[in-house]
Amino acid sequence: MILKERISNTGIHAVLIAYSLLALFPLILILINSFKSRKAIFRDPTGLPLGDSFSGKGYASVLSNSDFPLYFGNSMIVTCVALVLILLLGAMAAHALSEYQFPGDSFIGIYLIVGIMVPIRLGTVALLQLIVDMGLANTLTALILVYTAQGLPIAIFIFTEFLRSVSREIKDSARIDGLSEYRIFFEVVVPLVRPVIATVAVFSMIPIWNDLWFPLILSPGDETRTVTLGVQQFIGQYTVNWGAVLAALSVAILPVLVMYVIFSKQLIRGITAGAVKG
Amino acid sequence: MATLELKGIKKSFGATEVIRDMNLDVKDGELIVFVGPSGCGKSTMLRMIAGLETLSAGQISIGGKRVDHLPPTDRGIAMVFQSYALYPHKNVRGNLGFALKHAGVDKKEIEERVNNASEILGLSDMMERKPRELSGGQRQRVAIGRAIVREPDVFLFDEPLSNLDASLRVHMRVEILKLHQRLGNTMVYVTHDQVEAMTLANRIVVFRDGRVEQVGTPLELYRNPVNIFVAGFIGSPAMNFLNAEVQDYAVTVAGSTICSTSATNGKAKLGLRPEHLMLNDGGPFKGTVSVFEHLGGESFLHMTLPDEQMLVAKLDGERSFAPGDACSLGFWADHCHVFDMDGTRVAQ
Repeated sequence: MILKERISNTGIHAVLIAYSLLALFPLILILINSFKSRKAIFRDPTGLPLGDSFSGKGYASVLSNSDFPLYFGNSMIVTCVALVLILLLGAMAAHALSEYQFPGDSFIGIYLIVGIMVPIRLGTVALLQLIVDMGLANTLTALILVYTAQGLPIAIFIFTEFLRSVSREIKDSARIDGLSEYRIFFEVVVPLVRPVIATVAVFSMIPIWNDLWFPLILSPGDETRTVTLGVQQFIGQYTVNWGAVLAALSVAILPVLVMYVIFSKQLIRGITAGAVKG
Repeated sequence: MATLELKGIKKSFGATEVIRDMNLDVKDGELIVFVGPSGCGKSTMLRMIAGLETLSAGQISIGGKRVDHLPPTDRGIAMVFQSYALYPHKNVRGNLGFALKHAGVDKKEIEERVNNASEILGLSDMMERKPRELSGGQRQRVAIGRAIVREPDVFLFDEPLSNLDASLRVHMRVEILKLHQRLGNTMVYVTHDQVEAMTLANRIVVFRDGRVEQVGTPLELYRNPVNIFVAGFIGSPAMNFLNAEVQDYAVTVAGSTICSTSATNGKAKLGLRPEHLMLNDGGPFKGTVSVFEHLGGESFLHMTLPDEQMLVAKLDGERSFAPGDACSLGFWADHCHVFDMDGTRVAQ
């Protein structure tokens, strides 16, 4: 029996390791090639950056001669502000939908969630028009607003499911203790759903951080470029500075990675909640 | 210290009537138990007293002051929930002091009241623990402590012992009784467990389908149930009901005359509690044993009468029976209950 268990364990791990390698391969390729000279990248794309193929030029050009820190800052601002708005508004909307009964509540619930099914990019032309009319073209505000709208439906959907599971008696007990509805939300409900907040945060953050579409259309100005758009400046009409592109992408991975490490414990609890009785 | 007055209370959710015209006067310091099967409206009634549910009609007064328009926190009540409803992210001290902190009571007094409650309930050496580090009984004590700290006029308990295992339930029941004796507050206690109702209550209110079936002391309900529902609900094992005939003010079951009644001629139901039946070779109920449960000190004998009716008797633990044995039961003549076919009790 023990032998059998061990074999099946090995099998499971083999599959998982194989999948991890497959998923990590492009990342590793970016990382190792970011440390190579242009020639070395094309001569031997999978080779390690050893000996004369090693070159720090890509990183040097990213960090010195470009506005990369500015782009990085722009990405950070857009992602963080949009994330805060998504989490705050999403959780509050979900709380209202799961806690209170009011006329039209199910219609509003469906209306908010239906956004999951409609890709926001379909509305690009209308969005662009709207943003221009509001005088928000080439501002970070435009991006923040669009990303908040993009992230809300799925956030509300996930939050509603989890907030329904918060015991009604705890909220009632807080009501008897004299808390206002807002304080019940912030002091009782939010602490209870921290893992879900982390989950939604990670899910919402990645597409915002990685997005190229909306920065390209809504705010391509020099001052408002995000990292993904900024990388484009290394891709010229006739030459592509691959070392710099890859170096920029490698640096761009960092914040997501840091966020994930911060949230990972909560994230896993959030994803497995309900799946495992605990 | 306060009285509690419920006047003409009605509650409906959409077209469903959950409470139909509830009237009740609770005296100061009284422990009232709402009892009834699940879905009978007893919890809804409690939540209305607490202010967690609105009234469709009627008035609630606490201490002579009308409160049904006030938010829960201003009604002078404290509630203990079935699921304990502790704040999981706060330790015991935090849970106990939370309401007071919010009400802006000064720190010294909070500490005094928290310490006082923790002493009453024996929580003093676990004040820094989080709810998840406590056992079910300890959690329930914290929940009760949270209510005590608020120093309410009326305590409300919503099936507080249902989540505890059997032995702990008995223990906590005694604790609640002691607490009531010590604090002397008015308390309203909701349960579906008739044993809890019998042991705790000064008066019991029996609910069915949003209506009050009977209000009375435990013994009144036990001795003089107004109808078959109350008779069957109070007492364990439940009362036996036999189809009977009434002829010339005499109740007969399968040909033997059992007792007298004021009922008119026709069909009736005869109610006999298992504890009022005993072995008696000359008794009127003869049949075969179908199941025999031995509990050590006592035993339950399930007997099938010749006309297929079932009868349960509570006997002492001295004799044993096997299924299929013939046996004969007698009864205490002054403990017969006669009901008409609508289930209403008929005087004897």
